[in-house]
Amino acid sequence: MSSAKVSKRPMTAGRAKKIAKNSLVHIILAILVVIWLFPIFWIIMTSLRGESGAYTAYFFPKELTFNNYKRLFTETTLLNFPRAFINTLIISVFSCLISTVFVLSVSYCMSRLRFRMRKAFMNLAMILGLFPAFMSMVAVYFILKAVGLTEGSGLRIALILIYSAGSGVGFYIAKGFFDTVPKSLSEAAILDGCNQFQVFYKIILPLSKPIVVYTILTAFLAPWLDFVFVRVIVGPKDKYWTVSLLLYNMLEKEFVNGWFTRWAAAAVIVSIPISILFVFMQKFYVDGLTGAVKG
Amino acid sequence: MIGANKKKSDFATPYTVSNALTKGGAAVKLSALIMGLGNIAHKQIIKGLIFLAIEIGYIMFMVNAGAYYLSMLPSLGWRKQEEVFNEQKQIYEYVQGDNSVLLLLYGVATIAITLLFIYMWAENLRSAYMAECLAKEGKEINSFGKDVKSLFDKNLYKTLMFLPLMGILIFTVLPLLFMIPMAFTNYSTINKHLTLFDWVGLANFKTVLGLGGKIGKTFWRVLGWTIVWAVCATFLCNFLGLILAIVINRKETKCKAFWRTCFVISIAVPQFVSLLVMRQMLQEHGAINNLLMEWGLIQNPLPFWTNTMWARVSVILINCWVGIPYTMLQVTGVLQNVPAELYEAAKIDGANAAQIFRKITLPYIMFIMGPYIITQFTGNINNFNVIYLLSAGKPTPVGETAGKTDLLVTWLYKLTVDYQYYNIGAVIGILTFVVLSIVALVTYRNTKAYKDEEGFM
Repeated sequence: MSSAKVSKRPMTAGRAKKIAKNSLVHIILAILVVIWLFPIFWIIMTSLRGESGAYTAYFFPKELTFNNYKRLFTETTLLNFPRAFINTLIISVFSCLISTVFVLSVSYCMSRLRFRMRKAFMNLAMILGLFPAFMSMVAVYFILKAVGLTEGSGLRIALILIYSAGSGVGFYIAKGFFDTVPKSLSEAAILDGCNQFQVFYKIILPLSKPIVVYTILTAFLAPWLDFVFVRVIVGPKDKYWTVSLLLYNMLEKEFVNGWFTRWAAAAVIVSIPISILFVFMQKFYVDGLTGAVKG
Repeated sequence: MIGANKKKSDFATPYTVSNALTKGGAAVKLSALIMGLGNIAHKQIIKGLIFLAIEIGYIMFMVNAGAYYLSMLPSLGWRKQEEVFNEQKQIYEYVQGDNSVLLLLYGVATIAITLLFIYMWAENLRSAYMAECLAKEGKEINSFGKDVKSLFDKNLYKTLMFLPLMGILIFTVLPLLFMIPMAFTNYSTINKHLTLFDWVGLANFKTVLGLGGKIGKTFWRVLGWTIVWAVCATFLCNFLGLILAIVINRKETKCKAFWRTCFVISIAVPQFVSLLVMRQMLQEHGAINNLLMEWGLIQNPLPFWTNTMWARVSVILINCWVGIPYTMLQVTGVLQNVPAELYEAAKIDGANAAQIFRKITLPYIMFIMGPYIITQFTGNINNFNVIYLLSAGKPTPVGETAGKTDLLVTWLYKLTVDYQYYNIGAVIGILTFVVLSIVALVTYRNTKAYKDEEGFM
């Protein structure tokens, strides 16, 4: 950064200093990367550890094995990982469908249509965003109980509703994208005889692929990442646990010793697809923010 | 204020409720009593019948249940569950007592339904008056088919917004409206008020805000730590993330993409997994302590989660681990978008690298990142996951409800879910909201994006 100062000094000393500084920067970066990747390395290593038990007196395992992964799928009487995986998959597919439709509809209305309650709705959304989500959680539980969705397979519907029903408030990012789609396109379509709805799904949606994909992915990931709501709504009924709740419960006192290495294996299994989706989503998020549609 | 007035005039129409009641004809005025009459009189039969059906449905609901729920709201019930001896069957039978929570919930829901009904009633008057005016002027009155068609064109917002809005009302607004009154009751395990409880006015707010009792003392301590946490976490994440982004973005740094990818990998792992991993690694006999002891750097395990200071520093540092890569990604994006002309102009004026950074790069980053930092700050005040998954609020002093690293949100969670002090929990929720809304109102409303929304259309 101080190249102006350096150039006044003799070349050799300046260059030596520059090289020293550069190597220092690279060494610091390398140390930081080690710190950042260390937990990931540790969890993969633990998932392959042959010796069971939560804690070992040494750092590197004595024996490496794939048994933990195998046992996770074969020993399902106490804690059932495959079932939790399927539960989460079902819930996330349905809640993803509903909340994608909700978010895109609301964002389109907020971006392109002008109506009486619009500003009021935007203020409402901002205010709602400020309340801690957990504050209403107990109330949501009572409401679900009143309509009989807290028992049996109603729990799945309850979870789907929890992750999708209120999703309309999260319209900001998609609205920002729709704002960048040139208005002339929709005006031209209206001249050609389209009604507003046709403009929405024939013109705007196909042009907004990045933000549509982004919305779908965020909606899909929500049930995989949340564990607070599941914990309150489902509680100890392990038949309806999702992956995150199962992982949390594996670390409870009664399980942690026998299940620790399998917990690590489960964490790795869950993380791989989610990481891939996340990296994929980042790309669309960046495309969405920069507004890929040009007039 | 000017903006608000302008907005109103954009949507001004002569078809208002007051106009309908004063200037409308007999059919319009009558439809204040019998909904849909005005529409039926002008041959909008289906629309009129729908309004009528809504009115009949509402009256049925009120007669059957609604009126009872409203009448129970002031008392919240008083009948206890009792055993009564049944002479005929010669057994004791349980007589269902009142359940205050359900009465409160149904009462609030009844009020919400009534408000919706009033909206429909006003809509009915407006529509009747509009039909009458159009008929007088000899213009065409929309048939039902045309009304339906307009739902996909001029009134598309009604179609698209209906379901999402219902979802928000039932799953976000109604629960909040239901929780807020709880703050004014004695709904709590204290004195066993779990099925029957009463209104107590502002007593709970006094308990929480007053310094006298245990809860009051805990509240101020937790509030203090929440603010310290939010400030430290937000500042460190952004400051260190900024430096990291600039260092990677330097011209002389090699393999920029490699360094960035390494940091992105760490945020791609689901947060609850990485936080639980961190918690396990920092346990008394966890990996970090093991490694340090194996290397002979320490003799005894470090008290990461058992000592207040250690725990507080640990959660802030781990939050940095989570947050810095995000900031780095954001800043990198911004850095690559700094207009090149600014740099060239500065170079022509003879500015050196340090000056360029201080006078151009930094202000530009702050300008773009400003709103992001504000949302991050409010997000940190509400940062449930990091605290709950890492320390779970520990270390907790004996006999207290909140631990030394508990934030207001995690304390709220413990109070409601673990201890069932629903009333105190509701008070904490309201107070958290007050703190956040002060921050948000002052800052959000001053951002350009909010004020000048139409600016770039």
